[in-house]
Amino acid sequence: MPRKRVRLEHAVEYLSILDEKGRVDDKLEPDISKQTLLDIHRMMLLSRRLDERMLTLQRQGRIGTFAPAKGQEASQIAAMAALSGDDWFVPAFRETAAMLWRGIPPENLLLYNAGYSEGGAIEEGSHDLPISIPVASQIPHAVGIGYASGLRGLDEVTITFFGDGATSEGDFHEALNFASVLKTPVIFLCQNNHWAISMPRGRQSESRTLAQKGLAYAIPSLQVDGNDVLAVYAAVQEAAQRARDGEGPTLIECVTYRLTVHTTADDPSKYRDEEEVEKWQGREPIARLQTYLKKKRWLSDKQIDKLEKEIEGQVDKAWESAHERIESLSDSQVIFDHVYAETPEYLESQRQSFADRLKEGE
Amino acid sequence: MAELNMADALNLALTQEMEKDDSVVVLGEDVGVDGGVFRITDGLLERYGERRVIDSPVAETALTGVSVGLAINGLKPVCEMQFSGFSYQGFHQMEAHAARMRWRTRGGHTVPMVLRMPYGAGVHALEHHSESKEVFYAHTPGLKMVVPSTPRNARALLVSAIRDPDPVVFFEPKAVYRAFREEVPDEEETLPLGESRVAREGDDLTLISYGAMLHRALEAADTLAEEDGVEAEVIDLLSLSPLDHSRFAESARRTGRVVIVHEAHRTFGPAGEIMARLTEEAFYYLEAPVRRVTGFDTIVPLFAREQDYLPDQERILAAARGVLND
Repeated sequence: MPRKRVRLEHAVEYLSILDEKGRVDDKLEPDISKQTLLDIHRMMLLSRRLDERMLTLQRQGRIGTFAPAKGQEASQIAAMAALSGDDWFVPAFRETAAMLWRGIPPENLLLYNAGYSEGGAIEEGSHDLPISIPVASQIPHAVGIGYASGLRGLDEVTITFFGDGATSEGDFHEALNFASVLKTPVIFLCQNNHWAISMPRGRQSESRTLAQKGLAYAIPSLQVDGNDVLAVYAAVQEAAQRARDGEGPTLIECVTYRLTVHTTADDPSKYRDEEEVEKWQGREPIARLQTYLKKKRWLSDKQIDKLEKEIEGQVDKAWESAHERIESLSDSQVIFDHVYAETPEYLESQRQSFADRLKEGE
Repeated sequence: MAELNMADALNLALTQEMEKDDSVVVLGEDVGVDGGVFRITDGLLERYGERRVIDSPVAETALTGVSVGLAINGLKPVCEMQFSGFSYQGFHQMEAHAARMRWRTRGGHTVPMVLRMPYGAGVHALEHHSESKEVFYAHTPGLKMVVPSTPRNARALLVSAIRDPDPVVFFEPKAVYRAFREEVPDEEETLPLGESRVAREGDDLTLISYGAMLHRALEAADTLAEEDGVEAEVIDLLSLSPLDHSRFAESARRTGRVVIVHEAHRTFGPAGEIMARLTEEAFYYLEAPVRRVTGFDTIVPLFAREQDYLPDQERILAAARGVLND
């Protein structure tokens, strides 16, 4: 009756392909087309600039509280780029970059952040879910969507995003176990950005990695450099293949960093040192990708300048159209729409009395 | 005596109770180093250390369930839910355990915990940050449900809640946190749970409200006095459970006309229960059907339209004048 080490189904690996100095591990370099990489780069830049603009607009009081994605563009965009448009996207609340990749117009994001639910409208038939604010609560949805894809015989993979803090929630653990038992085609993508508001990663969990939480449920799990476009892409591509082959879920921990506030209502100077932020600023994903693309001669400084100008124009235009739409959205009766498929009589009468007041105010 | 806003007054209550009673512990997300996202627990970590001020992982089920355990084993936990919209993962613990422990063990185990959370709209917050779902708790036997309205009563009620032998859900109107200041005595002050107060005296009409909406009811009462020469009595419920109906029923018997104002949804909202109590206690004295001005039965809209959702002066005055003219 020995006492011996029990071997688990999987072990946690760490994957890094493009390091912070822009050096590449040739053996691991994934086959991504030039065009895809340039598209990824453009979208990362758009996300960054839109984020910056939204911060300014928020400080001017023109839009409300939002959660910036700054620093996490690689984890989001490279992940989405490795999937197809038919795959399902189940975000948390910081996935602006991923949402842009999915084709959600910047003006919609601005409209939503300005407090208008029209900005959150999702077209029927879309495979995008709306943002989910209660931490980890969206993760079980991904498992249900994934199971449904299997049951309906559809070749779809579902990816869900969440942060380091979410791995402390029951919803996360319940969803992982469920997905493992049912072998659902789901990719659990944890963006470990090191901070859950004021709670540092080291105090969120004693686990050495967050990826290892998947091992408890026999889910293949790995940790990747989340600021490395190539590693994130390769990891998600591999996970997607496993899902399509009927081998079930994967947990990917993208190690990245929240370079700015939790939300615009937060003041990080109360709990973290600027030195740490500067250290991570040196590892941020966009400059790293640019170095890589320049080495390949697929991108030049001149092209970057041109792109920056284009993006500035695009962001200007997005705010202009968002602003125009806001001006045209004077009728607040829409708050009564979409509560049910068919508005019940009692609610219709509430709408009517609200509408009558609006009329009197004219 | 100092002029404090509600956030500071709540902080004073926590500080004084922690100072006085070693068994009081505070736990929640960002309550330590950050001092809470609304700064209600600011300074507690520095004063009382991390064993009594617990910065928790993001885990509302555990936060609530751990509080139940802390309370069973001799401590007085004050647990902060960052926003009421995040409390539902912990609701299971409140309904299945906190509320029932005394009853199930025939008094052998008790749960003297406080579950604090900001509620309500009006501060330009995100989705899930503006709801007013106090009925979930007020509907649950075994829980007490408190909603203060001013800095001074918030402080006194929180002290009473901490000392109460039963689980108390403490809803803080976030729109009031920093809205105004009020004299708050330095020395200890408590208010009994389950007791309402008269916030304004009058004999012509009774307005019943609580929390952030109380201030809208008071404003409407002032307008009625100025423009209509009508003196409205304004009752501030302070507790929804136990619900003190004797004071508002007495007022209704005197005025014969009642309007209830709250931001919770209308259907099965607190006004429904208040109207039932009025029917039981004051029916023959009523001169007009009781009216209610409430949040609509919609999802609470995003912030650009949150004022459309909330009861406003126009709606409150229309209801009051309607009741007066019926």
